[in-house]
Amino acid sequence: MSPIVQTVTRWINSFIFIFGLYVMLYGHVTPGGGFPGGVIIACSFILITLAAGKEFTFRLFSLKQASVVDSLSILLFLIIGFLGMVFGNYFFANFLPPGEAFRLQSGGTIVFSNVVIGFKVSAAIFAMFLYLSLFRLEEGAGEE
Amino acid sequence: MSNLPVLFVILPLGFGFLYILLARRRPFVSEMGSVAVTLTLFMLSLILIGAGYFDGQQVIRSFNLNMGGWALPMGINIYLDSLTVLMLIIVNMISFTVILYSVNYMKKYSSRSYFYALILFMLAGMNGILLTGDLFNLYVFLELASVSSYILVSFGVEAEELEAAFKYLVMGAIASALILLGVIIIYLVSGTLNIAYAAQFIQEYGMNRALYFAFSLLLMGFSLKAALIPFHAWLPDAHPSAPAPISAMLSGVVIKVLGVYALLRVGFNLFDLGNDPYFLNLLLVVGGISLIIGVLLALYQWDIKRLFAYHSISQMGYVVMAIGLGTGLGMVAGLFHLFNHAVFKSLLFLNSGALETATGTRSLKKMGGLARKMPVTAVTSMIGSLSISGIPPFNGFWSKLMIIFAAVLAGQPFYALLAVIGSVLTLASFMKVQRYAFWDKCRLDKKIYESDLTAPIFMRVSMLILAVFCIFLSFLILPGIYRLILSPASLDLLQGAAGYIGGVGL
Repeated sequence: MSPIVQTVTRWINSFIFIFGLYVMLYGHVTPGGGFPGGVIIACSFILITLAAGKEFTFRLFSLKQASVVDSLSILLFLIIGFLGMVFGNYFFANFLPPGEAFRLQSGGTIVFSNVVIGFKVSAAIFAMFLYLSLFRLEEGAGEE
Repeated sequence: MSNLPVLFVILPLGFGFLYILLARRRPFVSEMGSVAVTLTLFMLSLILIGAGYFDGQQVIRSFNLNMGGWALPMGINIYLDSLTVLMLIIVNMISFTVILYSVNYMKKYSSRSYFYALILFMLAGMNGILLTGDLFNLYVFLELASVSSYILVSFGVEAEELEAAFKYLVMGAIASALILLGVIIIYLVSGTLNIAYAAQFIQEYGMNRALYFAFSLLLMGFSLKAALIPFHAWLPDAHPSAPAPISAMLSGVVIKVLGVYALLRVGFNLFDLGNDPYFLNLLLVVGGISLIIGVLLALYQWDIKRLFAYHSISQMGYVVMAIGLGTGLGMVAGLFHLFNHAVFKSLLFLNSGALETATGTRSLKKMGGLARKMPVTAVTSMIGSLSISGIPPFNGFWSKLMIIFAAVLAGQPFYALLAVIGSVLTLASFMKVQRYAFWDKCRLDKKIYESDLTAPIFMRVSMLILAVFCIFLSFLILPGIYRLILSPASLDLLQGAAGYIGGVGL
């Protein structure tokens, strides 16, 4: 990519990433949530891929890692639901104390669900981007 | 007990992701895990028969579970009634036998863990459709099941499979878009996505043009998924091209859950059109046309799986026609035939997979004389063929007889005649299958015919299980069992929106 894109990416990329984390973590108090936060984080990785190429990106976050994060976060999400079943009699019951309104520790399990969904979405969208764009370069990687 | 229905969605979903995470290179783990999961779910669905109470006439099952304990207009609920229980039994029974069959059949494919993960996602999606009480969740689960099935159809990645999967993908995406648009319009008009609340809104304010438009969109979408005749073009390509277990899944349960069940739920319980003559006549006409044209197209097929796929269209025509009669007997007959068709059509597709594995071809012209070489496949295939053609001791006879009776009693002798003609033509085409595959002189290569052609053990076991069910499902119309399973399920449809709203407990 051109030096302009690379420089701008270097400047703003960490802000995009942190903004994604913010949207994810504060999803229960401000507009946002796990899904938009995850998309923003995935966008930061996609931006790095576009600006610096796939070799550089794979040192940060490889396709295999994306797949693992993808599956692991779904399982964690189901575990949160199961804990709700154990402690609150309903699947996905909110068993933690609700906390003070408009603070980070409010909303009980919602924060954790949002974070897990965020990781799931970011990994899945990043992996989808890679599969759609770089599939040919990965030949033979996922076979048995 | 109270959280039991949730397991139908989260067990397959969780195990699917577990295989991708842990057992990617150990297909043995995912095989055994999938067999265990589906067997558990089948047992749980049988336990659900015991839920509910007996009010002297019928078993009443209505069980509402609010997810996370959130009260209803805000939360999302899971609603389980007798129709759901019936469908859950069908889906989980077929999935269990199909996965048992895949243990041997899928040996020739690579990436088998992904296969089991995907088939479990499809199962999770279908169970979700059956259980959910929320329109948008219905759409999401429908997409989960559809997207998994697109990938599974193309699992062999040969040219034919990719072409069929692409066709299926395009048609399925159109159907999903229509369904989503319909859901959006319902939300726009009624202000809620919950089926019970939307039904209450429609009861209170009546139908208007926007709601009729939404219903026609949903009708088109679900008919596409069910492959009723004007929308059937994708099915004869997609079902034969998939691996045999997936063909059995698609023809056995996917078109029923994604198409017919969703259509009935929306038509009868949400829009309350159970007494609407236009809707019922539409079902009658579409069902009758599907019935006759499906079987006529099937008659001259030489590809064995393609022939079975056309018969799926025809048999779904029977189901939709029987339900379109609008009478209680018609409903029971339709649901009974739906159950029976799931069993014998899955059995026939599994037979075709055994034939294909043994002979390496799907063309009837190149088989022949296989009855002596593969006795289990021959016997089970004979049972399946007799069932689907409606020959007395088997289950297909009773449901077809009920459909014909129901049509005569409802004052529609023309449709009874159609059902008889369809049945005769079905018998004709299955006599062709039996003769060319199993009894005629052998047209196979000598070297193949001399070798050991018997199907592996798990394939034989799952075919035998389904063949036994072909005989024992006839008992569903014995009075005691009839009042336990079929009749309450039909009552859930007959009671329409009022029954559904009362069941959810508004």
